[in-house]
Amino acid sequence: MNTFSMVASLFSLIFLTSTHANEHYLVSEISTGIFYHQGIHQDATEQNIGAIANVGFIIGERCVAVIDSGGSYLEGTYLRHAIKEQTDLPICYVINSHVHPDHLLGNAAFKDDSPQFVGHEKLPAAIAARQDYFAKTFKEILGQAYTGTEFISPTLTVSIDKPVTLDLGNRLLTLTAYATSHTDNDLTVLDNASKTLWTGDLLFIKRIPVLDGSINGWLITMQKLQSMDLNVVIPGHGPATESQWQQGLLDQIRYFTVLRNQIREVINNLGTIDEATQSVGAREADNWELFEHYHRRNITASFVELEWE
Amino acid sequence: MSSRIFNHILISFTLISFGLTANAATPKEPLWPTLKVAYFGDKAIREDANDLLVIEAPKRAEDAAIVPITVKSLIPQSADKYIKNIHLVVDNNPEPYSANFHLSPELGLIDISTRMRVDQYTFVRAIAEMNDGSLHMVSRFVKASGGCSAPAGKDAAAALARLGKMQIRMRKPTIGEPVQAQVIVSHPNYNGLQFDQASRLYIDAHYVKNIDITYNDKSLILVDTGISVSEDPSIRFTFTPTEKGTLKAVAKDSKDQMFSQQKDI
Repeated sequence: MNTFSMVASLFSLIFLTSTHANEHYLVSEISTGIFYHQGIHQDATEQNIGAIANVGFIIGERCVAVIDSGGSYLEGTYLRHAIKEQTDLPICYVINSHVHPDHLLGNAAFKDDSPQFVGHEKLPAAIAARQDYFAKTFKEILGQAYTGTEFISPTLTVSIDKPVTLDLGNRLLTLTAYATSHTDNDLTVLDNASKTLWTGDLLFIKRIPVLDGSINGWLITMQKLQSMDLNVVIPGHGPATESQWQQGLLDQIRYFTVLRNQIREVINNLGTIDEATQSVGAREADNWELFEHYHRRNITASFVELEWE
Repeated sequence: MSSRIFNHILISFTLISFGLTANAATPKEPLWPTLKVAYFGDKAIREDANDLLVIEAPKRAEDAAIVPITVKSLIPQSADKYIKNIHLVVDNNPEPYSANFHLSPELGLIDISTRMRVDQYTFVRAIAEMNDGSLHMVSRFVKASGGCSAPAGKDAAAALARLGKMQIRMRKPTIGEPVQAQVIVSHPNYNGLQFDQASRLYIDAHYVKNIDITYNDKSLILVDTGISVSEDPSIRFTFTPTEKGTLKAVAKDSKDQMFSQQKDI
């Protein structure tokens, strides 16, 4: 082999590798056979390829379930590569915890595996209502990382209060769909044997929680999660944890309770959304990352819900 | 004027379907010169009319589905000289012409707020049409919201379940003194741009077309609304009750359903 062709094949090797894998894209095993990549506490950009949410997979004896596919097609390909490094078993399920782009824009990277796409019964409608807008916005935000992205709706859906069990081969997962909370299409995944729960965005740790559903509904759902018997929790954002998830729930409950109480006061005084965004919950600023980005939005979304109480 | 302008909705939809405004809608190419002709023809519009009007909007759309917009006048309404209409235009929305407030000369100072969907960064404009027909404009730039916020409803089922429920909210009024009131209509305000993957069809537009607010059967504000208005349309305004009476609001939607609410003062 001459020098030229050696250099050429080296280049093509680097090129091929860079489209499917990234040495900086790390997954960690937090229970046996359960891996996750922790998203960074930023807004999506071309540089971070939208990898801002926790995504990962669970390996059974028969096949693999992906839980959230990533914030871009490119992240989906990285995640898929990370799976192939751990196992040769087929990918049989791609589960989306909810409609937000950081959790499902990677779906198309798994199309060739012909998995069942799984989500909340209201996920198809939520995708339909948002996909044109997300496509336009995220093409712009993510640039190259977006290329290849498709919106894929679930082929298997889970109804509220009717949990579904999936078997990965001697490994049972319980999928539970909730009434409107963070969104109107939140789904959790419990690995029964290890008592590991993927909460999706029902739990944010350190990153400010974002409300796109119902403040009252989410507070009720958080109480349900508090009473669960769990060994490990993987939140939608922030570190997976054995010991801190109860505190994480308490922090979130405190934040939304402060918001709700103070917004109700503004509404009862016939105040406006503007007045509420200027005053409500200001003391929470130091408790959360990206507070400035999402706090006023949370107030706005809560306000229009609480007006109808 | 209103029906003429809302006819332009059809024109814009046609443009969108041919992909014309969709391309032109990138904020790099300002749409306003085209919109101005479409909605107001060759009439002159006085820009930066800050001596007459104030428009308030957040610098950034915190939630793309709910962006509060307030318009205030600096000159009180009088029988000789008053603002007859205020037109709201959100340049880069799918349907830019967003609302037309028909105003009574008896309103005193105008102070009106509503909530809009804002799809992307855009100018939001209020154009006052005086009783002499002259046009005066103020505008504000609104930056787009962060990532996961979309101009879609948060809980479609809840919105439909309370469809048509209405509220009139106000502080205890005193006869002869200005009082703030708010009319809210529970309505999903579907914009007809949402695609149903199961049926492969677009969900029909279903939105509030107008809200008529009267006091003792005399019109205070009649607002024609379109699909840029947020779910659960809200109109907040100031008026002065000069005698005891009934404040009434009647909303009509695009399927000709009527909803109403009233409050005695």
